[in-house]
Amino acid sequence: MTALLSIEHITHNFGKARVLGDVSLQIASGSYTILLGPSGSGKTTLLSILGGFLQPDQGRVLINGIDCTSMPPAKRPTATVFQDYALFPHLSIGNNVGFGLRMKGVAKSERDGKARAMLSLVGLGEAFDKKPHQLSGGQRQRVALARALVVEPAVLLLDEPLGALDLKLRRQMQDELKAIQQRVGTAFVHVTHDQEEAMALGDHVVVMNQGRIEDEGAPERVYAKPATRFSATFMGESTIIAAEAIGKSQVQTAFGKFKIPGAPDAGKVQLAIRPEHITLGGKVSATVSDVVYQGSFKRIVAVPAVMPELQLLCKIPAETEISIGEKISLNIAPDKLVLLKEE
Amino acid sequence: MMRIVSTFYAALIYGFVFLPVAVLILFSFQGSLFPIPPFNGPSLRWYGAVLTDARLTSGLGNSILVASLSSFTATLLGFLAAWGFARFTLPASGALRALITLPLMVSYLIIGMGLLIVFTSLGVSKSLFAAGIGHVVINMPLCFAIIYSQMGDHQANIERAARDLGASEFKVLGLITAPMLWPALFAGFFLSMTFSWDEFVIAFLLTRFQTTLPIEIWNLLHAGLNPKTNAVGSLVFGISIFFAIVFEIFALRKKPS
Repeated sequence: MTALLSIEHITHNFGKARVLGDVSLQIASGSYTILLGPSGSGKTTLLSILGGFLQPDQGRVLINGIDCTSMPPAKRPTATVFQDYALFPHLSIGNNVGFGLRMKGVAKSERDGKARAMLSLVGLGEAFDKKPHQLSGGQRQRVALARALVVEPAVLLLDEPLGALDLKLRRQMQDELKAIQQRVGTAFVHVTHDQEEAMALGDHVVVMNQGRIEDEGAPERVYAKPATRFSATFMGESTIIAAEAIGKSQVQTAFGKFKIPGAPDAGKVQLAIRPEHITLGGKVSATVSDVVYQGSFKRIVAVPAVMPELQLLCKIPAETEISIGEKISLNIAPDKLVLLKEE
Repeated sequence: MMRIVSTFYAALIYGFVFLPVAVLILFSFQGSLFPIPPFNGPSLRWYGAVLTDARLTSGLGNSILVASLSSFTATLLGFLAAWGFARFTLPASGALRALITLPLMVSYLIIGMGLLIVFTSLGVSKSLFAAGIGHVVINMPLCFAIIYSQMGDHQANIERAARDLGASEFKVLGLITAPMLWPALFAGFFLSMTFSWDEFVIAFLLTRFQTTLPIEIWNLLHAGLNPKTNAVGSLVFGISIFFAIVFEIFALRKKPS
């Protein structure tokens, strides 16, 4: 399979600071890719390189097999949805959406028709004659989306598109983005630091940290079997448990021996476990050090007696009566322990 | 008591500033031959005399021509300079920016003399064209400063969006950047108009046969005070006020977010 978009060994520095170090990535057509990472992870820089706003110091960007690395944004088969929407304030919504077609020399009547169709696709059919300042944040977001989609890009790039919206609107727009992407079938590459957004939207999640890709794959896989410590703690929470490999795929921890497929024969290893896989009632005695009520569950932090420097994160049913300082016993699901890659 | 004193003080200050203009305007409506009390108007005879004076009306036409063309040029050059400084990383950007606004501090006499020497050595004769160039020199830094102050990073992203959608650099400037900045462009244009309209020194040094209205008024004053000079002065003042008001409208209007 040839990828729609292929990023090959991209390295980029801002002055002396390395923002991207040898990043390679393949993006399939029709996919919804999320670049997930904290600020400074290089995700926005990578998006700028894909959009043509930045030339990488090294490496290549290929779209449909064509080297686009030094192609200006105007010539690339990409379109970008900017974080601040960047609508043209002096043009009507219809002319905003039709702008890309106008630049391609499409006749007025045809581009108006296409702009109207795209506006109704994003649910803003009636806003054609309005000006950007007459719309709300969520509506401007949709206009920006329609403006980018109407030129039928091979890849749509979205730079934290929901970052400026309030939480409720953000979750609603999330669902709409996904629905729109499925309807148009264009490959989306979406930058965010919100892991919930990443899991809800992406079918391909790329976890980035310090200019490198830590982990990538289907969100279910990245969540269930995170590759690295960073991935395990950034995309959802995890408890990291230190262990010693003792051979025959077995590791020794403070909580006993566990069989971990793929474990090395010797040396120190790290295991990760998700909060929902540590449950009440088991052999590990611990003291509750924190309880946070989250509505549908309680998130507790428990300090195990055998390893007081460790903090076990667990999710327990919301109706459980529990208080700080209480002694509890916990069960760590052995088959849910994930072996992390060496760093 | 305090209030009376402060009101009186304010009246004095405003009187100090505006009394000369008020007297000028009042006596432009004088009915008799001499612009001195007692006032025996109002009469429009001196305005009629101004409008039938071929030298004054041609001066008026020349002034409008020089003011509008030089202001247009100053706005265009100021806009391009502002765009260059705002959007590109230039070597010694700060120093170059200071240098481009420097003519604002230099006296018109010095600029006029300098231009006179340059034009003479280049063989450019004294003309309205030469005066127009002089007005571009004094107004371009002003237009630059006004327009540059209105160029922000948000607009840079909007320009980027236009480029992303296939616009050439020329189209970005014409279809996006300039229309977004139109309040600043108009403000720069009308402030330049105001300054060019009643500029004397440079026009005096750089024109000869055809000249601008301030020079014609100065010529008129050689013949001594008469109500005609008051009438033409009032006209000049009125038009200046018009430009100033238009400038204020564009410079001070609230921008929609």
